[in-house]
Parts: sequence; C-alpha cells; structure tokens
Amino acid sequence: MDYFAQQLINGLVLGSIYGLIAIGYTMVYGIVGMINFAHGDIFMIGGFIALISFLVLVSLGLTAVPLILLIVLLVSMAITALYGWTVERIAYRPLRHSFRLAPMLSAIGMSFVLSNYSQVAQGARVKPVPPIITGGYTLLDNEGFVVRLSNVQIVVVITTIVLLAIFTWLVARTRLGRDMRACEQDQTMAALLGVDVDRTISMTFVIGAALAAVAGMMYLLYYGLVDFFMGFVAGIKAFTAAVLGGIGSLPGAMLGGLAIGLIETMWSAYFSVEYKDVAAFSILIVVLIFMPTGLLGRPEVEKV
Amino acid sequence: MKSLKLIGLAFGASLALSTAAFAQDITIAVAGPMTGGESAFGRQLKNGADMAIADLNTAGGLLGKKLALDVEDDACDPKQARSVAEKIASAKIPFVAGHYCSSSSIPASEAYADGNVLQITPASTNPLFTERKLWNVARVCGRDDQQGLVAAQYIAKNYKGKNVAILNDKTTYGKGLADETKKALNKAGVTEKLFESYNKGDKDFNAIVSRLKLEKIDLVYVGGYHQESGLILRQMRDQGLQTVLMAGDALADKEFASITGPAAEGTLFTFGPDPRNKPTAKAIVEQFKAKGIDPEGYTLYTYAAMQVWSQAVKKAGTIDPKKVMDTIKGGAWDTVIGKLEFDAKGDIKQLDYVVYKWDSKGGYTEINPKGS
Repeated sequence: MDYFAQQLINGLVLGSIYGLIAIGYTMVYGIVGMINFAHGDIFMIGGFIALISFLVLVSLGLTAVPLILLIVLLVSMAITALYGWTVERIAYRPLRHSFRLAPMLSAIGMSFVLSNYSQVAQGARVKPVPPIITGGYTLLDNEGFVVRLSNVQIVVVITTIVLLAIFTWLVARTRLGRDMRACEQDQTMAALLGVDVDRTISMTFVIGAALAAVAGMMYLLYYGLVDFFMGFVAGIKAFTAAVLGGIGSLPGAMLGGLAIGLIETMWSAYFSVEYKDVAAFSILIVVLIFMPTGLLGRPEVEKV
Repeated sequence: MKSLKLIGLAFGASLALSTAAFAQDITIAVAGPMTGGESAFGRQLKNGADMAIADLNTAGGLLGKKLALDVEDDACDPKQARSVAEKIASAKIPFVAGHYCSSSSIPASEAYADGNVLQITPASTNPLFTERKLWNVARVCGRDDQQGLVAAQYIAKNYKGKNVAILNDKTTYGKGLADETKKALNKAGVTEKLFESYNKGDKDFNAIVSRLKLEKIDLVYVGGYHQESGLILRQMRDQGLQTVLMAGDALADKEFASITGPAAEGTLFTFGPDPRNKPTAKAIVEQFKAKGIDPEGYTLYTYAAMQVWSQAVKKAGTIDPKKVMDTIKGGAWDTVIGKLEFDAKGDIKQLDYVVYKWDSKGGYTEINPKGS
C-alpha cells in the first residue's frame, strides 16, 4: 500500500508535466485543426529560457527562492509565448488556406529549426542546474519503507492545477475564450460575426506556448537538466496524451497526461521497466479501438 | 559572358584542387559524440586529439608531412557512427581515433575494415570490439570483462550479505558491462536482488527508485552512461533513499557532479588508474592546464592512441593501415599513459582498473590505489 502510494505520487507528477504539454497540442488542434509538431520544441525552448533567467537572477545576487521562481516563471512564459506567436506567424499563417498537410509539414520543419537553433545557440551539451527546491515531507514510514513527497513535486502539481484552472476559466468565461470557441466551430462564420480570427488563432498559440514554458520550467526544476533534444520525446509523449484524452478537449489533455504518466509508472512498478513505453502505447491503441475519439473527445461532425 | 563565368569557375575549382594536392597533409580523424548527451566525453576525445596533432606538428610532422585533424560527430548513435565511418573511409583517411560509445565503435569498425582505415578506440570497453578478429582494430583502454570483475570484487568485499541491484540501459556498453559485473558477482557468491533495464535517454527514474526502496537495496550498480546515472542518483536522494550508486568508466567526467550536485558524494565507479597522475603524463597535463583544460577521463587515452599510431608510422615508414597495424601489434610504445603493448586481438596487455569515489566537492579520487 505504501509502495503503491509512492508510485502514485511518482506517476501523478510525471503525468502533470505531460498534461501541461498536451494542452498546447489539444488547443491548437481544436481551433486550427492541425497538429503542431513544433510544440515539443517550444517546450524545450521554455526550459532553456527558464534556465537562462534562473542563472541571470542568481548571478544578480537574488537569493529568495520563491521570488526567483515567480520571476523565472513569468519571464519564461512571456518569452516562450513570443516564440509561439512568431512560429505561428511565419510558419503557419501563410499556409492557412493551403492544403491540409502543408501546415503540418511546416510544423515538422519548424521543429527541426527550433531544436537546431538551440543546439547552435546554447551548445550541444546537457545543461544541468543544481537542485533549486530541496527538501520534502515524509508521509508514511512503514517498517523502513518511507513514502516521500518532495517539495518540488508539490510545486509541480500545484502549479499545474492552478494554471489548468486559470486557462479553463479563460476559455469558458472570457471574451477571448468565446472567440476561441467560435473559431473552433466555424472560422468563416466567426469572422462574419466580427471575431478577429487571425488574432484569436495567434492568441491560441501564445497561450499554448506559455503553458509549454511552464512545463519546461517544471521539467528543469524536477529533473535538473535541459538539453536541445528533449523536446522530441516529451512532445511525442504529450501528443499521445492529447490523443488518449481526446484531442481538442482541454480536460481530456490533462486526463490523458495523467493516464500516460500513471501507466508508465505503474507498469515500471509492478512489471518490467523495460516495456513501460510498450505498455503506454498498447493502452493507447486499445482505447482508440473502443473509443476512437479518445477518453473525453467528441465525435467530429462533418460540416456541410 | 555566361561561358566566361563558367570557365572562371572551373579554373577556380581546379586551382583549389591543386592547392589541396600540393599541401599533402596527412589527414587523420577523431570520431565520437560531439553532440548529444554524451558530448562531454566527445569533447575529451577531441581535446586529446587536438593536443596530439599540435604536438606532432610542432615536432616536425610525420614522414615529412604535416598532420590535419578531421573531427566527426556520431552523437553516440550507431547509424550515424556507421555513416561517419563510411565518410572517413571514402576520404581515404588512414587512421581514426574513436569512437566513445561501444555501440558506435563496433558497427563503425566494420566500415573501417572494408575501407582500409585503422581504428584505435580510446574509450570503447565492450569486449566484442576486439573479439571479432577484425584486422584494423585496437584499443588503449581496458575491457568490460575486466572492469566488471574489479567492480564485482569490490562489491563482494564491501557489500557481502547486503542487497545489491543491477540496472542497465540496454546499450552495447551498458548491457555488456552489467552482464559482466553480474557474472563476476554471482561467481563471487553475491546474487543481485533486482536486475532491470531502462531506456537510454529516459529522464524519469522515480518508478525504479521506488522499487529500489521497496527492495531495501544498499548498492545499485548501473551499467550505463553518466547522464542517466546522475538522474537516478538525484531521484534516489529526492525520495530519501541513501543507496550507494556504482557504475563504470562512463562516470569519469565532472559533468556527472554538475547533474547531481553534492549528492554525488560517495558514488563509486571503476576506471583505469588516473592517467593524470602517471609520471609519463606530467608534462602533458601541464600543457593542458595551461590551456585551461582538465585532461580528465579519456582525454589522455586519446592522446596516447595518437602517439601509438604516429610512432608506429615512423617505425614502419608508411601510413598504409595494414602495415602500421602489424607494426603496432609487434612493438612496445611509450605513451603518456605509460608503455603499451598489444596482443593479436588489439587489446593492451597492461591492464588494471581501480575503484574511484566521488566527493562532495565535485571531484573524484581512487579509493584503493594500486599496491595497497
């Protein structure tokens, strides 16, 4: 039981990070109907910006950890959002009325551009940081097996919950959210009714990138390193999470992320670590056979 | 007008070709992971090779010609290593010092054998590298069956009756080393409680760490590279687990400590007796230090590989790889890491691994120096 509790914590934290990235995939898909393959690399850029701003703040002599974290969070969200906006502007918007595969191909190209760009700009080596948030709590101590919840795990999960709440509110209750939902249903009709479609789509990319930046920062805090190729694997996992949860659905992405994180962890915990990816993808396939739109996805109705 | 331009272009091109032919440098190559997770070690190889080339050229070159260095990146990826090898072979480069990852060195060596390139690896320790009886391979480092034996002896002596786990990353190097260590350990009467593998490139090891905690493991042996080992260690400490981590020669770079922070303290690994402390290396270590480089890990091994080749070329009077290889196997060579002799397979006859321990300040020292 205590072993299960520890693995549950491990799985939830991993799942939160996957979920945060998955939201970016799902939002873009929901509104533009394309898969933004560069999103994993936007996440990587977010991690790097968090690292750089962290190092800058420390070299300026700042020591208050909560203040540093807050500034790093805001700076990396802002700059990464700018990257997200730029990518949309130069790689996707010109292709909006082209054939369906065109923006997807340019997304793959963008993914290469971003990862090579940070390889050239930041070097090919792994960039480690010393542990920033240390310490933790012992939840259970059962005959030598200690269930531990570290502070960094608490930070990751709480940040994820708070941000998810904010962005769900944003989509459900604000003017921007209404515009986004309108564009999701019918871009032409939305435009006729006075919604600035281009601006709304840009904002979607900005929000997705900001969330990816948060995920990048959490990744840096939790694992203590970033590198230029980390976006690929994380991106694939998060994309899987988005599909599992039902692509296009915001809570679905989070649920999918948690599911993938938990499946991987629990499989490693009770079966073999070696086949954890096989397990995660097998379950994805089984789910898609019985629920083709994912856990929370709505069937797409062909618009005539 | 257009044809005039074309003539000019052709003239320019032929000029460029002829200058290359006149210079008649001997180009040799160093190949290893210059990018990616293992790039810290690729840099060691490159630093060693750069210094060796500079020193050889200062001493007047080789057979009356200057040497030039071609640096190739395999990113520790077997496929890329193979294409790098084919590129080197097609450029008619007679000698390559490399690669780092065993999973790169082994497939590359076959392309080198076909392409008439002599390969000395400074760092690939998997036994298979020399066991396939290729004519063109040699190494200046030890082998994993020896390394695993030393690790197993240490574990059997200090952790008898305690719980030991073995992990590996499924690569040629990691799996090979873990298997050799397991074999030697079982022979010494220690049975591991857990033998698991993970994927190289994974970042999240919390599930494995919790398993180690459940099994109350006292020592975990990792057959794998430094990045994953560092993450496993860090996540063990985060979960309040004080298990000692032990690994192979892949931990011989300061980058390991920059991943783990002070948690590195007490971590063990096996490596050759520190080449930086050998009397033969004193002058060259000073030379590296003057450039601001710490010649750790396989830096001096790469330098030594270059020395073996260049001395053999001088003795043979040719750069023909087959003749040079025969000379290498038939002689004894003075290098910065000591006198080296090779057996028929291309392994060195002088071999010893020792156990190192990381301290809290990001450095490592031998814990049972030879002879004590």
